[in-house]
Amino acid sequence: MTIFEYAPALESRSIVSIQPEYGHFINGTFAKGSHHFPTINPADEETLSHIALGNSQDIDAAVNAARVAYESIWSKMPGKERGKYLYRIARILQERAREFAVLETLDNGKPIRESRDIDVPLAAAHFFYHAGWADKLDFAGLGNSPRPHGVAAQIIPWNFPILMLAWKIAPALAAGNTVVLKPAETTSLTALLFAQVCQQAELPDGVVNIVTGNGSTGAALVDHPGIDKIAFTGSTEVGKAIARAIAPTQKKATLELGGKAANVVFEDAPIDECVEGIVNGIFFNQGHVCCAGSRLLLQEDIADEVLSKLKVRMAKIRVGNPLDKNTDLGAINSSEQLAKIRDLSKSGDEEGAERWSPDCTLPNTGFWFPPTIFTGVTQAHRIAREEIFGPVLSVLTFRTPQEAMEKANNTPYGLSAGVWSEKGSKILWAAQRLKAGVIWANTFNKFDPASPFGGYKESGWGREGGRHGLTAYLKEAESNNE
Amino acid sequence: MSERLEVKKTYKLYIGGTFPRSESGRTYEVQNSAGDFIANACLASRKDLKEAVVAARSAQSSWSSASAYNRGQILYRIAEMMEGRRVQFVQEISQSEGISVEEAEKQVVTAIDRWVWYAGWSDKLSVLAGSTNPVSGPYYNFTIPEAMGVIGAIAPEQNSLLGLVETVAPIIVSGNTCIVLASSRAPLSAITFAEVLATSDLPAGVCNVLTGNKEELAPWFASHMDINGLDLSGIDEPSLLSEIKTSGAQNLKRIHSFPESQNPRRILAFMEAKTIWHPIGV
Repeated sequence: MTIFEYAPALESRSIVSIQPEYGHFINGTFAKGSHHFPTINPADEETLSHIALGNSQDIDAAVNAARVAYESIWSKMPGKERGKYLYRIARILQERAREFAVLETLDNGKPIRESRDIDVPLAAAHFFYHAGWADKLDFAGLGNSPRPHGVAAQIIPWNFPILMLAWKIAPALAAGNTVVLKPAETTSLTALLFAQVCQQAELPDGVVNIVTGNGSTGAALVDHPGIDKIAFTGSTEVGKAIARAIAPTQKKATLELGGKAANVVFEDAPIDECVEGIVNGIFFNQGHVCCAGSRLLLQEDIADEVLSKLKVRMAKIRVGNPLDKNTDLGAINSSEQLAKIRDLSKSGDEEGAERWSPDCTLPNTGFWFPPTIFTGVTQAHRIAREEIFGPVLSVLTFRTPQEAMEKANNTPYGLSAGVWSEKGSKILWAAQRLKAGVIWANTFNKFDPASPFGGYKESGWGREGGRHGLTAYLKEAESNNE
Repeated sequence: MSERLEVKKTYKLYIGGTFPRSESGRTYEVQNSAGDFIANACLASRKDLKEAVVAARSAQSSWSSASAYNRGQILYRIAEMMEGRRVQFVQEISQSEGISVEEAEKQVVTAIDRWVWYAGWSDKLSVLAGSTNPVSGPYYNFTIPEAMGVIGAIAPEQNSLLGLVETVAPIIVSGNTCIVLASSRAPLSAITFAEVLATSDLPAGVCNVLTGNKEELAPWFASHMDINGLDLSGIDEPSLLSEIKTSGAQNLKRIHSFPESQNPRRILAFMEAKTIWHPIGV
């Protein structure tokens, strides 16, 4: 029985001003693009602006600008001065946080509560954290006077646009690299607003260049002979294509790719906290999270109890206008992604799993998918093996802890995993055995600039965040090699 | 009294702690620098490699969960066992590589010392590459380096024993298991080295040694889906390197070549950083 209904609490969008058309940000100024494509608000399909479709000439201009800035300014600047630019950027992001949050929610479809409380503050924190590294690189673990790679090509996904930009640009600049960044096709607006932040921070021209576009723009960037280092976050399929493309070259790469994380709940888990963790694990950001806890592994004794509490909790998830401060689950980012989620969910039905969603009214326009769980899932089902990247949870059960570990590790991915138990020794036992780069024990989906993030196996190469992430943008001084 | 006829050694492969011949039945002639016959070595096949990977995978979990102290002692034991066979190694290397006894002696003692150096790293890696991370929030957060899994390695052609040791030691000290392809031209000391491994308390399957043709076998290393990483220090040809890296992308193998012989970076390249979060509260 509902006692109180939530009244709408809409965040005003008047704080953002969106231009009808954007060009690329190259060498400190906005260059006009030759072709443009629309970018829409996935919550209502309104066209927000038109984004330039970068071609190989645009990439060439951006890489050249980054090279000149690297050779003439950035690589020669003392670390303490580079660091001060990053501190400036962090501060401006904090000052303009509301603007970034609203713009992110409009362009991406994620709830304002998340863009306001997580994406934007964490983006600022990433710049602040890495700013402090810029003049302390001798202590990063690569010996004295480590060197940057040069020009870093960075390609980011649409699920955390400004946050992924910060994960990429902050360590690259702190280490002394210059950057050409390509935002995702559907979510370029906060990156273009970030270009204005670079101007406000008086960052030297060419240190950060942003070329918008689609997959062909990204491929042109990867293939450009003038880049030294690639950092990519996105699908495992594209990550493998990048690994093949750079095989004949000396280019370095870090790849943050897909996942199919197991969230393992033992019989001695704290059930209420665990239900919150399951919800956060799969419904945070509409499940558009590479490290989402998309495979729930329940120990048989407690499976019924957890599932019934989970269903009660899921019925309270508020789906709707992302700008409403009460909204928990926003819009699916694109019609393509919605089609993928629908296709995989359909395969779950067809392969014999049982689908359940709470009653919820979805808006008539825009792209929406209700919070969904599948029970009776086996390891052979597509929904247990393939990344859905949506608000869809596959539930499996296990009897013994050994069986849980085997099922959890039975995937080519290895990005993250969750484990729930009140018994410390069991938590550590499981954490040792789970083949994943990030283990959340009695919590899920926590991120911090000081905490390394990245996967085992086909979830990628290298780490981002912390000292480990920083070293991906550095190489040892030549004299340190025998 | 008639002169005693020497009993010569049959050089075989080392897979899962045993010394089988190649399942293919193939061998090739190993010659000294003057072109004279020394011995026949096994020409390992794709199937030998597959069996070696199975052995390495089944040994991996228990080897990586052995205590660091235990792994360190076993690696040190390898140095002890090699010391006892110095004369044999020197003779084999000088003969097959065509180098002087003094040069061979230097290579052997350096190889022994490399084991001592790498053995000492087993219980210091998490100090070097681990951290506790000061996250904003009530969480205890720490990062530890972990063994990556099964690693394939192509040992250098030159310095057949030292190159092999510098390839294998950094891979296995952290808890990985490996399959190493010995120098094609001078493979014999690698098999004698396998006899050292077999008597050093190193669990079966942790290090598997193949001899054969790297142009034939390296692409199978690259495409094997149960190998997590590759050390290609023994491959110089850019076209072969590029082919292997392209094929290795199928399961995103971590692929490295190392210019340095004694550097913890060689160990850490085949480890994964694992970060663990736990709430703090009452």
